[in-house]
Amino acid sequence: MNSVSQEAMVDSQPINFQPLKERGQREVFCGLTGIIWLHRKIQDAFFLVVGSRTCAHLIQSAAGVMIFAEPRFATAIIDDRDLAGLADANDELDKVVKQLLERRPDIKLLFLVGSCPSEVIKLDLSRAAQRLGKTFAPNVRILNYSGSGIETTFTQGEDACLAALVQDLPKSNSSEEVDLLVVGCLADVVEDQFSRIFKDLGLKSYAFFPPRESTQKINVGPKTQYLLAQPFLTDTARFLDNLGARRIAAPFPLGVEGTEKWFLAAATALGISQDVFEKVIAPQRDRAKKSLEPHRDVLQGKSIFFFPDSQLEIPLARFLNRELGMSLMEVGVPYLHRQHMAEELAMLDPKTQLSEGQNVENQLDRCRAQQPNMVVCGLGLANPLEAEGFTTKWSIELVFTPIQGFNQAADLAELFARPLTRKNKLMMVETA
Amino acid sequence: MKLTLWTYEGPPHVGAMRVATAMEKVHYVLHAPQGDTYADLLFTMIERMKKRPPVTYTTFQARDLGSDTAELFKDAARTAYARFKPDLLMVGSSCTAELIQDDPGGLAAALDLPVPILPLELPAYQKKENWGAAETFYQMVRLLGQQFVLAPGQTRSARAPGTKPTCNILGPTALGFRHRDDVEEISRLLRELGIEVNVVAPLGADPSDIARLHEADFNVNLYPETANTAITWMTRNFGQPSTKVIPIGFKGTQAFIAEVCQLAGIDCDIQEFSKSSKARWYALSVDSTYLTNKRVFIFGDATHAIAAAKVAAHEMGFKVVGLGTYSRELAREVREAAAELGLEAMITDDYLEVEEKITELQPELILGTQMERHIAKRLKIPCAVISSPVHVQDFPSRYSPQMGFEGACVLFDSWVHPLMMGLEEHLIGMFKGDFEFHDGAMPSHLGHSGPGKEVLEQAPTMTAAKIGDPAWETDAEKELNKIPFFVRGKARRNTERYAVEQGLLSISLETLYDAKAHFKS
Repeated sequence: MNSVSQEAMVDSQPINFQPLKERGQREVFCGLTGIIWLHRKIQDAFFLVVGSRTCAHLIQSAAGVMIFAEPRFATAIIDDRDLAGLADANDELDKVVKQLLERRPDIKLLFLVGSCPSEVIKLDLSRAAQRLGKTFAPNVRILNYSGSGIETTFTQGEDACLAALVQDLPKSNSSEEVDLLVVGCLADVVEDQFSRIFKDLGLKSYAFFPPRESTQKINVGPKTQYLLAQPFLTDTARFLDNLGARRIAAPFPLGVEGTEKWFLAAATALGISQDVFEKVIAPQRDRAKKSLEPHRDVLQGKSIFFFPDSQLEIPLARFLNRELGMSLMEVGVPYLHRQHMAEELAMLDPKTQLSEGQNVENQLDRCRAQQPNMVVCGLGLANPLEAEGFTTKWSIELVFTPIQGFNQAADLAELFARPLTRKNKLMMVETA
Repeated sequence: MKLTLWTYEGPPHVGAMRVATAMEKVHYVLHAPQGDTYADLLFTMIERMKKRPPVTYTTFQARDLGSDTAELFKDAARTAYARFKPDLLMVGSSCTAELIQDDPGGLAAALDLPVPILPLELPAYQKKENWGAAETFYQMVRLLGQQFVLAPGQTRSARAPGTKPTCNILGPTALGFRHRDDVEEISRLLRELGIEVNVVAPLGADPSDIARLHEADFNVNLYPETANTAITWMTRNFGQPSTKVIPIGFKGTQAFIAEVCQLAGIDCDIQEFSKSSKARWYALSVDSTYLTNKRVFIFGDATHAIAAAKVAAHEMGFKVVGLGTYSRELAREVREAAAELGLEAMITDDYLEVEEKITELQPELILGTQMERHIAKRLKIPCAVISSPVHVQDFPSRYSPQMGFEGACVLFDSWVHPLMMGLEEHLIGMFKGDFEFHDGAMPSHLGHSGPGKEVLEQAPTMTAAKIGDPAWETDAEKELNKIPFFVRGKARRNTERYAVEQGLLSISLETLYDAKAHFKS
């Protein structure tokens, strides 16, 4: 288990993936959707979208099925008076923020979230955040990011949010800098498991980002190395680089193999000995491998087709192919960050058809022509494809479910096995 | 700019989608940024449809804004027509596209497609979803019905003798609250009365059906929010009269039957026709006596709010303490209905205002939308849904109309369900300290243990005591907690009001009972 250096990994990897690039209708979410999980992760934060009724409608259509005694997100709806002049819009925004903070004195961190309308009319929310931040300091911090559809696709909303948080990190105090920062929203249970593994590996100084409480202090600087837990954190990584932190190149912790390589990359970077690594990881790895077996019986040999959604598609495809024996048809991604994805691409079946961007009608034609055993797609396509006789796995669930790490490898496999098992069960009843 | 926790309606282009998706052989090309395709989920997930909505989005991104978004739109319209071959093409903008002003109508007309183009002007920063649906439907009826308009002075020719009277059922759309089953229920009712249904629209209709609307003798206006504009035009231009009564509730259904019989020129023994209604008997049975004067707050679209108020007051025997709507277009009708109940109607689309009003009124039951369920949870008040906006659980698989006699049964069951049942209510009023059936626990028939006692000791009064308000003495406060939870908020308010009126500085045990006697008398 000799780990190779970052550069070597990138150089040696086969650059023979020529993704199909298409323009046309993109059937994806905008970045505002990230609010739906971010508001749960950072519990003392509030997300105020500055946008239109469409934006408000999007979020409530997605999250409104839960009944909230105290919602942690809202929309400042722009009306035609605001469109008349920008100065006016700023006054209006101040009024709305004041009203909100009076109603919810428990809020510690307020995000002003940009949308398509606010960006098209060039309402400067970053200046608004600075201005309002001064008014409400020190009780409330006010930050800004864009979740607009014209700028961001689905999980990129998290990237934009975390990038805003990174830019607001306190001035680094080198003695308190963390050695290792794990970046990207993870389920609490996954975070706890990872935390135990890091501790067992002998790491003293590590932190997760974003923190669960917005007030938690994290110091990042040249001493810090960071490990991306999610594949969609382009801007967040860039701002961490600006602080002097260094990225540890690794595949993503999905499946047994991905998780092991992810930890190995961290261990290598932080000088953990091979023996300690093996001692800590081996039992977890072996148990996780065993847990995959029943799901392999269901998934082995089945073909799968991914519509673009979250940028998790490549690591998921790699896991399903290498550890569960599924065959890959098209793997669609909204964006392909070749550097962050290098370790993943090196493991991806070279026969895979990658596609970046989307023309949904053409992609549906390809999907119908290839007749995959399973289609991974968004909820706008899932039921219509089921009605055509396809078995689908709706992709958004993969962002809402604990799927990273050794103990979740089988859960992740089960997410894909379940629709096939279900179809089997229901069809058997029908013919019995 | 307006702080909005929840919005009662979506933007107007969602209304246009509801019309397009309800219909066959139409397609909608929507100039919209990437991400606005979320609206597809409303139909494929919330309404659980098997087909994709017939909508093509241009899904422009930031990088497209620097180039020719108009060309992008034309491409999308051209390819959408070539692929889907609709009989009618709707074109329009979403809120963001409205800002970049590409004029979809003009661009689509320049493509010379061999089908009618329906350009939609839906001002997203002024109007909302229902208006968008009504406007879309109206423009379509106008476009396809223009050639059948009566000449000035010309009157509608009478129905040929011996032919059955016919009507259109207008207003049902995709994503409508129980539209599917209401249409079935009302169609059956009309059939039983001997009236034929010419066209149901927009739900299930295609452009050729819309062109046949003028053939019916009269129109049934099932959902004024979406049908009013078109129906007014048809009355003026086709000479078709239309119904005014909404057939919700037992009495509403009876009045509707009388109205359609009159419009169709037929006789019907309404008493005989409605005698088997179960809802009526259930409300009259002694088990329902405890429902008398339960204080209920009602909010929703105008059609459902007005109907619910009538049913609540005159069929369930509730006391309606608040009535409101977010449908500004129908504010007058709601004001009239409220005045009949001695109330002032609440016309607002501001969720926070509704929350404030409910907090003040402390009703025992809320009949509202999905949004009122949030308020009800916060204030721990039983709640049932009577109107859009609704979520997936209110697109049930079982037959669940709101209209007609079966609809009345559905209303009875679903409104009474969240209330504590009679025996439990009596026993909780008598014995306070029970460890299982404790004060304010969720009604046990709902199967939850509910919130802990400690939470409930603090009655849900949102407004903190102001300086100068009379203070509660310990004894009085204790006594107050013996009042059943669901009426305690009201008792607290009444007592405080009474004390202020009497100029008292503190509230004693006696004040509590003085106030009780004062407000009962």
